[in-house]
Amino acid sequence: MNWNTYTAHELLDFLKQGKVSAQEIFSSLSSAIKQQDKTIHAYVRTAETADILSDARIPIPISVKDNINIDGWETTCSSHILKNYVAPYDATVVRKLKAAGAPILGHTNMDEFAFGSSTETSCYGPTRNPWDISCVPGGSSGGSAAAVASDEAIWALGSDTGGSIRQPAAFCGVVGLKPTYGRVSRYGLIAFASSLDQIGPLTKDVTDSALLLNIISGHDPLDSTSADIAVPDYTAALVNDCKELTIGIPKEYFIEGISSDVKTAVAQAMNVLKAKGARFIDVSLPHTEYAVSTYYIIAPAEASSNLARFDGVRFGLRVQPAKPRKAAIVDMYEETRNQGFGREAKRRVMLGTYALSSGYYDAYYLRGQKVRTLIRQDFDRVFENCDAILTPTTPTSAFKIGEKLNDPVSMYLSDIFTISANLSGIPAISIPCGISQNGLPIGLQLSAKPFAEEILFRIAYTYEQNTGWHKKRPSLKT
Amino acid sequence: MITNSDIQYISALARISLTEDEIKPMAQDLSSILDYIAQLQRLDVDQIKPTSHVLPLKNVYRDDVIKPSLTQDKALSFAVSESKGAFKVPQIVDN
Repeated sequence: MNWNTYTAHELLDFLKQGKVSAQEIFSSLSSAIKQQDKTIHAYVRTAETADILSDARIPIPISVKDNINIDGWETTCSSHILKNYVAPYDATVVRKLKAAGAPILGHTNMDEFAFGSSTETSCYGPTRNPWDISCVPGGSSGGSAAAVASDEAIWALGSDTGGSIRQPAAFCGVVGLKPTYGRVSRYGLIAFASSLDQIGPLTKDVTDSALLLNIISGHDPLDSTSADIAVPDYTAALVNDCKELTIGIPKEYFIEGISSDVKTAVAQAMNVLKAKGARFIDVSLPHTEYAVSTYYIIAPAEASSNLARFDGVRFGLRVQPAKPRKAAIVDMYEETRNQGFGREAKRRVMLGTYALSSGYYDAYYLRGQKVRTLIRQDFDRVFENCDAILTPTTPTSAFKIGEKLNDPVSMYLSDIFTISANLSGIPAISIPCGISQNGLPIGLQLSAKPFAEEILFRIAYTYEQNTGWHKKRPSLKT
Repeated sequence: MITNSDIQYISALARISLTEDEIKPMAQDLSSILDYIAQLQRLDVDQIKPTSHVLPLKNVYRDDVIKPSLTQDKALSFAVSESKGAFKVPQIVDN
């Protein structure tokens, strides 16, 4: 049986009915990986066997992005500089999953340090989009999205700093949620931009997304930025109607450069939700056009600071240059970081260092933080009049491997619709809402006020129950 | 416009020893990104307070109680080089 093709909630029912054992689910995933992953390359390492307790509550295997620490596992952010680093502890999300009985299936591929929108900057090489292997799966959680889309995973965790869960979810036709900043503990997530990063689920449907958020959410004393706010049962929000919900359509998201396929799919999605009782209003988020610029100051600035710890002393790689140039220790730092970081990582560390450097701090970093305030205020104003905002997740469907790799600005602009949610801390979900003319998935993005994930689940669930896009799977030729 | 000497200055701050071949493309990449970011100069932000963080959190304290943490062995298990229970670095002070 192809147990790997089911959702987690379906498998939990089967387990209860005695139709399948947890070991059989694990084995069917392992054989799917063995068969397909040479082509897709969603994983950077996998578990050979699973420890499954007989009384495990949720013994559904989970795949985890390679920037989330798993005790005893190499955890590398898909970077040379962390090769051979074996995590000495579990990230809080991993600890919670293990406590729920979920065996860890593998670490998924990602853009190096999550710097990217295509999973091409991984030191292990690119992941391919299961819908068209000449296309990128999106990024940076491209391995997690591709694993779920190709049934090499039941569900997976990613991290989202500027769209890194939602954009690959859109490109691969799966459900991706970035929770509110502070909803999920970041302890054990190797930091990229600490004020923006958030861990979240990539799943085959909205029900699984709610189930997984139930497991991973909540306050954690080990992450001082995790919010001490009670966690509801998110599955209670899975209601098939949108009565009395007002959804805003921001005009700034329907701009030139959106493909006609995406426009049509989003308009059709609005009709589906209208028929289920949603009311639509036009809204304006006037600072949207500044989001990418603001992000590319703040995120690299925080990254340059976070990545200072990779210095050849504490983790992984250490390289001493053959010919001394400066003091021995400075030579070691500089050579280790030059050989250990890939091109995009160097670019971001350099950009962030520049934005924070003396003489440029006010013009870049401080100004970026001020525009961040304006972007947040846009959302605060809009949410006075509506419960959620509906937009495309991305302007187009997946692009070709190599297409944007040497043009950083064009790559950065592929996150134009997802970045604002990170800057303002709000939750946002991407769900499949159509297939483009060239056969690639299209994503619909819903966002809401901080800690209003339940509204997202209700609208997304209603949409899903009245359409069938989430059931579409790529036909892989391997 | 970012020049090659800007790149050399920034790379020293960032502790990344770029090779000669890497300097020019890096200058071009950063220039194109900064050209795009220059759009922020259009906004008047004089009266706007900066956002460093989205949650209304100030300092988060906990009781001063010792809790279990990594053992010395485990903390050192990922050291590139160690000696006598400590991380070992290249010599930093002349004899």
